[in-house]
Amino acid sequence: MEPILNVKNLTMNFGGLKALDGIDIVIEKGQIAALIGPNGAGKTTFFNCITGIYEPSEGKVEITPPGKSTQGLKGLKPNHVTEKGLARTFQNIRLFEGMTVLENVMIGRHCRLNAGIFGALVQPPSQKNEEKKCVADSYEVLEKIGLEKYVNEKAINLPYGAQRRLEIARALATNPFLLLLDEPAAGMNPQETKELDDLIIWLRDNEDLTILLIEHDMKLVMSLSDRIHVVDYGKKIAEGTPEEVKSNPQVIKAYLGDESEDA
Amino acid sequence: MVTKKEIKQSFWIALWFMVLTFPIMVIRVNTIKNIIVWRWTNILWIGIAGFFASLVWNYLLRLKEEKKKSDTKEDIPFVHRLLQNDRFRTPFLAAIAIFFIIYPFAFPMYHTSIMISALVYVMLGLGLNIVVGLAGLLDLGYVAFYCVGAYTYALLNLHFGISFWLVLPISAVFGAMAGTLLGYPVLRLRGDYLAIVTLGFGEIIRIVMENWDELGNGPRGIGNIPPPSFFNFELNQHQNVIYIYFIVIALVLFTIFFVNRLENSRIGRAWIALRDDEIACQAMGIDKFKTKLTAFALGATWASLGGVVFAAKTSFINPMSFTIFESIAILCVVVIGGMGSAIGVIAGALVLILVPEYLRAMAEYRMLVFGALQVIVMVFKPEGLIQSVRKIYKFEKVEE
Repeated sequence: MEPILNVKNLTMNFGGLKALDGIDIVIEKGQIAALIGPNGAGKTTFFNCITGIYEPSEGKVEITPPGKSTQGLKGLKPNHVTEKGLARTFQNIRLFEGMTVLENVMIGRHCRLNAGIFGALVQPPSQKNEEKKCVADSYEVLEKIGLEKYVNEKAINLPYGAQRRLEIARALATNPFLLLLDEPAAGMNPQETKELDDLIIWLRDNEDLTILLIEHDMKLVMSLSDRIHVVDYGKKIAEGTPEEVKSNPQVIKAYLGDESEDA
Repeated sequence: MVTKKEIKQSFWIALWFMVLTFPIMVIRVNTIKNIIVWRWTNILWIGIAGFFASLVWNYLLRLKEEKKKSDTKEDIPFVHRLLQNDRFRTPFLAAIAIFFIIYPFAFPMYHTSIMISALVYVMLGLGLNIVVGLAGLLDLGYVAFYCVGAYTYALLNLHFGISFWLVLPISAVFGAMAGTLLGYPVLRLRGDYLAIVTLGFGEIIRIVMENWDELGNGPRGIGNIPPPSFFNFELNQHQNVIYIYFIVIALVLFTIFFVNRLENSRIGRAWIALRDDEIACQAMGIDKFKTKLTAFALGATWASLGGVVFAAKTSFINPMSFTIFESIAILCVVVIGGMGSAIGVIAGALVLILVPEYLRAMAEYRMLVFGALQVIVMVFKPEGLIQSVRKIYKFEKVEE
């Protein structure tokens, strides 16, 4: 398997605090990888560094989009990272509340279209077709995710689970090859989590996506992931298959504390 | 029903008002006779009015709460329902069109003149609506671009004799340039910081114009600005007003058309997304800076066009026409009309500009009524008079 995301020695300093300290992670094509760790371990910071919301202090972030050559991501703005084919969702839902469900997804298409002010005003045929296609494509994405019944609802009026799925739909609309999910199951009930589980596997198999997720729901992580990366205090402490990680003493220590320290 | 607690509360509120207004409502010093007149009946009226006003206020608040509980679905404003209904849309629009065509001929010149100012505010409101309502950038110095437009016409005409029709596109370009020039450095800021900086810029432009005598005659302003030309015909004053009226109507129609198309385009959606969540917006591949700058420059363009019309209409401009209060008035139009809602902004401009004009009879209480109206709208309809409605997309698959 070829690596699709290659992160080397990623370090992020906030003043004196090292939120990330020399993290190396390789994600291979077609994997479902999970990033786990206790609260405050730096998981979301890792996402923010990769997607350009923060500029990492040190280290390298390289991607190899399918069929293209390897390129660095460090220093790019978030919108350019998205254009390269990385899409993400957010830990605390960040939908565009004033817009309808369909429009939220259409925003995801934004970077794949190129209508300008003049085009919007005069509406030449090419522009009209682009807009039509954008609507159709967005609707298709909603169908895939199973949200088509909400198409004209305002995003804020959706049930919680549907809002989480809409975040995924919106990310999917940007045409990514790597999907970064930040706690997609947070706050979901067991039924919704089960559906999410199915959806993620379906996305990998049918949409040709590689997925990296942050998650606290261990049942979900263990059943889904091909590979798990564990971070604690900004350092990577373990990596492996679910079985390997489960029995790794360092991981147990990070999650449950060290017996000898407590004594 | 009115509860005992509410009656008690209203009683105290009435009492509080009586104490507050005591100095101005009761005591009057007659300086000629050197005596103090005590007007005790006034305070009685204040008390009674305060008591009932408080009761009504409480009742309305309760009504609003109950409505919020009973239906979770938001109701679509009446005007939007009218426009969405195929049977009523055409007659409704036709009625409005006929009204505005007949208006200048049916009413005296004074009313037409007032309507022109209101329509200029419709343009300004729709322009600012792009910046504040759609893109969510709080711009308190919008009048600066209005000023740029007005002076562009006045100066170009004074020095080079360029006509209204030629200045119109030139001023649009100037406005866009001014918007870009200001926007480039300040759009890195957001929220309150942006508001403060734009506020400052608005004042800077005015102060520069006030002190730069060589450019625009300073506070004496520029007079004798010619009205728009009409194929070399000489128009008398009344005809001129009617002519400008129709020019403004045309400009407003163009603005509505433009805003309408933009709102549901790729650019318009990006603005709204930017307003709702900046970080998510960037993560979805939208260039934050470029999108903001477009909104800012377009807003400035419209202010500039409004300025040209203003200069042509009043035929005299000086820096005093472009104070911070103008900015605030335009912002009020947008906020009270309904942020992001074109129909709301039009309604807001007409109400907020026409009502004070016709309340001139009670000039002393004009601002009081104006202020009260704003408080009432903000408490009971915080989304504005006519809130925005997003476009509904129809899918055959849905209807199956």
